[in-house]
Amino acid sequence: MRDVKPRTLFEKVWDRHVIEQEEGKPAILYIDLHLVHEVTSPQAFEGLRLNGRKVRRPDLTVATVDHNVPTVNRSLPVTDGTSAKQMETLTKNCRDFGIKLYDFHDPGQGIVHVIGPELGVTLPGKTIVCGDSHTSTHGAFGALAFGIGTSEVEHVLATQCLQQLKPKTMEVHVKGKLSPGVTAKDIILAVIAKIGTDGATGTVIEYTGEAIRNLSMEERMTICNMSIEAGARAGMIAPDETTFRYLEGRPHAPKGEAFEQAKQEWLQLRTDEGAVYDKRVELDASEIAPQVTWGTSPGMGTAVDQQVPDPESLPTETERKSARRALEYMDLTPGTPMTEIKVDRVFIGSCTNSRLEDLRAAACVVKNRKVAPGVQAMVVPGSQQVKRQAESEGLDQIFLDAGFEWRESGCSMCLAMNDDTLNVGERCASTSNRNFEGRQGRGGRTHLVSPMMAAAAAIEGHFVDIRKWNLDD
Amino acid sequence: MEAFTKHSGKVVPLDRANVDTDQIIPKQFLKRVERTGFGQFLFYNWRYDTEGNPNPDFELNQEAYRDGSILLARTNFGCGSSREHAPWALLDYGFRVVIAPTFADIFYNNCFKNGILPIRLPEAKVDTLFRRVKDGVTQTLSVDLENNRIDDQNDFTAEFEVEPYRRYCLLNGLDDIAITLQKDDLIRKYEERLPDYYRTTVTQNS
Ligand code: SF4
Repeated sequence: MRDVKPRTLFEKVWDRHVIEQEEGKPAILYIDLHLVHEVTSPQAFEGLRLNGRKVRRPDLTVATVDHNVPTVNRSLPVTDGTSAKQMETLTKNCRDFGIKLYDFHDPGQGIVHVIGPELGVTLPGKTIVCGDSHTSTHGAFGALAFGIGTSEVEHVLATQCLQQLKPKTMEVHVKGKLSPGVTAKDIILAVIAKIGTDGATGTVIEYTGEAIRNLSMEERMTICNMSIEAGARAGMIAPDETTFRYLEGRPHAPKGEAFEQAKQEWLQLRTDEGAVYDKRVELDASEIAPQVTWGTSPGMGTAVDQQVPDPESLPTETERKSARRALEYMDLTPGTPMTEIKVDRVFIGSCTNSRLEDLRAAACVVKNRKVAPGVQAMVVPGSQQVKRQAESEGLDQIFLDAGFEWRESGCSMCLAMNDDTLNVGERCASTSNRNFEGRQGRGGRTHLVSPMMAAAAAIEGHFVDIRKWNLDD
Repeated sequence: MEAFTKHSGKVVPLDRANVDTDQIIPKQFLKRVERTGFGQFLFYNWRYDTEGNPNPDFELNQEAYRDGSILLARTNFGCGSSREHAPWALLDYGFRVVIAPTFADIFYNNCFKNGILPIRLPEAKVDTLFRRVKDGVTQTLSVDLENNRIDDQNDFTAEFEVEPYRRYCLLNGLDDIAITLQKDDLIRKYEERLPDYYRTTVTQNS
């Protein structure tokens, strides 16, 4: 009889990629896909040149520009000289080292975590890395995907491997069903509010349970994307029919017989009965309400029908201090109902929530309504492909009619490296993933919400409980 | 990378939890294509007001903490993005050691790649250190990676743990790319075994 120890999904993907594991040393892990963008790569290519090294597998490396790109008319030159230089540097590096680049004018350009799945290069069971913390997004396909620093980018370019210590595992089990108006974004914000921004440090999370199974691929990506905000290295969801339906026919996914074969392999990528995680938490989806953050850390969030909390009610002095400081920065008073917080700006975009379904959900809220006077609202599709699809469905017109701006694809006001920034004191409902001080512009105030919640805030000029809206009218 | 064996220096207390990489080095400074010169922008939004004048309340600007090389911080230091610009900025400013109860994973890892030693100490020890630094009892610390100890020559000592391989690399200033490159045979063999459906290669013309 074979005696095989039951393994988790993470362990299966990890084990298959270990090239060497010496006692007391990190594993040497093979990397199947390396995604590259303009901000975290220049120094890595420079390192290769200095040491006379080549890129080992340019064919397993895919690059795009996303962080710096302007989201206004693409036929105009990039006005910011240093941004332009960084993008030109990537173009040159990709040319010199033989790497495919989806550049500024390419119809495949987009946020790196949006285009990987779109192109079908993100596949179950792969190891995927990128010099970007939100690489965790790709774990939605049952890949082991995590962010790395620039030294490690150089390491992967040179060797197609990484030296890695094995992380621990954590199961986040979400049982039950979501109520209407509550989305994947609300699940993950609720998870982070529950376990804290360092609740999953040192672990790879696997999301399980009925509520996760019922999510579409795009929703699963939203969940895995924000694993990093819970402190995790990566988030994973076991592949299933939903995954395969999404992948079939994608440009770089296997075709025909090869796809069927791959599917049989991918079906093994699930946690065995009896496998043990190092940590476990459980949530009930039916108890999750639409979430809004009130502070300057993604864990500082609450349900929309609640109030801004009183820092003095928090258990530890460190938490009380952080909350006091956050409320001062956010200019909020304890006890204020979340629905009374007014917004100046609305941003629908980022690798968390800029895919087609996100835009559809927001459009459904916006349709036949108008953006409140004084509110500036924008939609930034995650990729050129998302943009084209949305336009073919007429979503752009719905947004434009309501008074939203409709932009070109990129990271945009998620981190405000281009011209899309908040002004000092402005308050923004944002579908992105970080509400850090100054993230969207120095002195700007960010509230993280779902696309529907952001859209509704644009219409009313303050947060609203989307569950109370009749969206069929 | 510069090896790290022992270091003594002045301690700078940064009494905030969840200090994220956007605070350590704000995004407007990520556009450079070099590894150096980031120190001037370290904690920029806290260090300078909107006109670019030094903010006197911020620790780095205070006379007592000028030229510090050991940063004392609270939990979850370095959370947020993977930007290695964060350790580059700390190093370029002059920090060689960061002490906190917990660190975010990617930042922690990035430190070792740049010759910065991140030290995890229990929260109670960190509390004690904060108190001592603020009262002026502890001004400098000696950090000894060979013996995994820190002390202030004034009856504060603590032992810390670093995962042995990381410690070994830091003590010797090793280039881990060169180490992995020596495994070329193993990598090649592995690549031959790769199943077809992982070979989704993308070429410049596809
Ligand atoms: S959209 Fe935001 S979080 Fe995502 S990759 Fe871009 S900057 Fe990072």
